[in-house]
Amino acid sequence: MTTALNDTANHDDTANHDAAPGGAARQVAAGLPRLLPQAPEDLQAHLSRYGTVPYRRRGAAGARADARGAAGALIKDIAASGLTGRGGAAFPVHRKLTAVAQAKGTRKVVVANGAESEPASRKDELLLRIAPHLVLDGLQLAAEAVGATEAHLYLHAAPGPQILRALTERASRRLDLLPVSITQAPPRFLAGQETALISRLGGGPALPAFQPPRVSERGLGGAPTLVQNVETLAHLALIARYGPRWFRAVGTEEEPGSMLTTIYRPDHRTEIHEVPVGVPVNALLPADAQAWLVGGYHGVWLPLPEASNLTLDHASLREFGASPGAGVLAALPADRCGLAEAARVTGYLAAESAAQCGPCLNGLPRIAAALAELAAGKHRRQTRADLERWSGLVTGRGACHHPDGTVRFVRSALQVFAPEIDRHARGHCSARNRDPFLPVPDRRPTTEQDWI
Amino acid sequence: MNLKVNPIACTGHGVCAELLPELVTLDEWGYPVIDPGPVPPALDRDARRTVAACPALALRLARIYR
Amino acid sequence: MNNAFWYASRATGIVALLLLTAVLVLGILVNRQGRLPGLPRFAVTDLHRSLSLLSVAFIAVHIVTAVLDTYVHIPLLSAVIPFASGYERLWLGLGAIALDLMAAMIVTSLLRGRLNRVVWKAVHLLAYASWPLTFAHSLGSSKDLQQGWLLFLAIGCAAAVAAAAAFRLAHAARQVPRAGRVSAILSQQTSKQAVSR
Repeated sequence: MTTALNDTANHDDTANHDAAPGGAARQVAAGLPRLLPQAPEDLQAHLSRYGTVPYRRRGAAGARADARGAAGALIKDIAASGLTGRGGAAFPVHRKLTAVAQAKGTRKVVVANGAESEPASRKDELLLRIAPHLVLDGLQLAAEAVGATEAHLYLHAAPGPQILRALTERASRRLDLLPVSITQAPPRFLAGQETALISRLGGGPALPAFQPPRVSERGLGGAPTLVQNVETLAHLALIARYGPRWFRAVGTEEEPGSMLTTIYRPDHRTEIHEVPVGVPVNALLPADAQAWLVGGYHGVWLPLPEASNLTLDHASLREFGASPGAGVLAALPADRCGLAEAARVTGYLAAESAAQCGPCLNGLPRIAAALAELAAGKHRRQTRADLERWSGLVTGRGACHHPDGTVRFVRSALQVFAPEIDRHARGHCSARNRDPFLPVPDRRPTTEQDWI
Repeated sequence: MNLKVNPIACTGHGVCAELLPELVTLDEWGYPVIDPGPVPPALDRDARRTVAACPALALRLARIYR
Repeated sequence: MNNAFWYASRATGIVALLLLTAVLVLGILVNRQGRLPGLPRFAVTDLHRSLSLLSVAFIAVHIVTAVLDTYVHIPLLSAVIPFASGYERLWLGLGAIALDLMAAMIVTSLLRGRLNRVVWKAVHLLAYASWPLTFAHSLGSSKDLQQGWLLFLAIGCAAAVAAAAAFRLAHAARQVPRAGRVSAILSQQTSKQAVSR
């Protein structure tokens, strides 16, 4: 059962989707939803709604258009639109496009990153299920813009029937410039990381690499590679049709557009909402919760009521050291133990370390064990000091940002749940409900095969 | 030039901390903590020797462009 | 005069074998982050490197004197081209192969900073092929080493290499594979907490 959220003074309504299959949504206002149709769209429905893929080069009236100039036009539009990556890093898309377009080489690769390695995020999975053609349009348009010779789709699970059908339909209509190879990501937290993705696509394990040359210069097989989140490509496909001004009609001036969010609320099923960037978080999460988690498991716990007026954009969240990330938002119910939740997540993050770098390998399990001690109320006086020392030791000393993100999550938990730590030390816990709230996968990686 | 370590290649031999204690100390697990600033010119030769001496070839001197 | 060359070749050959044995053992010590008593860590790496260059010097004299000696004809090229010598074709041939491998190791090590780490490591592993070939060359071509105290010396070198190699292999067998390292540390941590309670 889904409901539309109430209109607020200066933000568009959102329509939302039940993350469970077959959920339906009610469209409420103009502007949104943009990415999520009311029901899964096959190719015919997609073409009726959006028209065909607006390639720049094809159909240039008569004479041979300047191929680079034509493709460059899309990049200019993307630049004007201010589109940033929706996979969590929020990197300006036009800069990646330009870097790959200008890189030297006859071979170029584009990758749609649908690994969605954050366990609490479900938006990419939904997008690929009900609007795969927007993603695939975006992939082809990006391929044209950079002059790619190879296209890949990197998926969290085995490709579902929808995505396979979508590709077959497109092939029969000759819609695509490039055939799309599908690769499955292992269910690892780091599998969607850019260099881990490149390694996996190259046939190896999904392990991050250290500052190799930028993937936009030397990526898959040494070729300049563009890696974009699937939601980002969907936005790109719409900007190519409707232009940058249309994209900027929602959102904020500095951070335009809309974004998908995965929302966890007490007593509700997991929901996926498309919202304008800059929407007040309290329009999505109850302000009377115990605490908010913004940005997923590398994100930040926010205290309430201090954070209750924040909006979902970098400028606002920065004040609390947070960022929108990949749009995972959770409101911790008052009856749960925040420490226990944080400890569970941190145990997961530690187990998901690639174990390639000494500081991360040594620090994260120790940090997780210490946090578990605090949650169990069994901590020694040394535990807090150890935690702080280890947090400082792992930050910035790995090949990727896994230790940094984990420390960010842990430090915010220690701050927000400080009163709970004291209570636990005295043998009490304010939780009345011991059920886990945040989704944490059970299976831990134990063998080399778990990374492939 | 800045001294950088490749944390994947580094296995904690600790030779770098012996040869360049001004810029490198070892953490409690034996891994190098390197001063992030530029290498002072007086230490340039020592830094190069340290990079060459790492058994794991995990060090390098890199120019950081801002 | 002739005899001098011949004796020089035999002597430098024996010293080279000793040096190369030390180089290999030291190499394994470096890999295992071991230390020599009373010396800093960089002494182990420096000694490994210095002795390897010293052994090159001894091998060079060993070859040149053997070539200059006129009692038997050993063409210079047979030092690097295996089985090109009429005299003791097999044993000298093995020596030539060993030398070729060593040359690859030395050249790549001199160019270490410019090479891909993985490539350097792969070539360096040729040491495990080069030393046995060196040993076979030494024992096969030199009557000196086949008897008396020099034989004991040679066996001693082989024993040292065997022990070092066994030590290295044992570590490789014991080493927790990457995918299992985090859980190893996690269980170490939780058992430590259990004990402190």
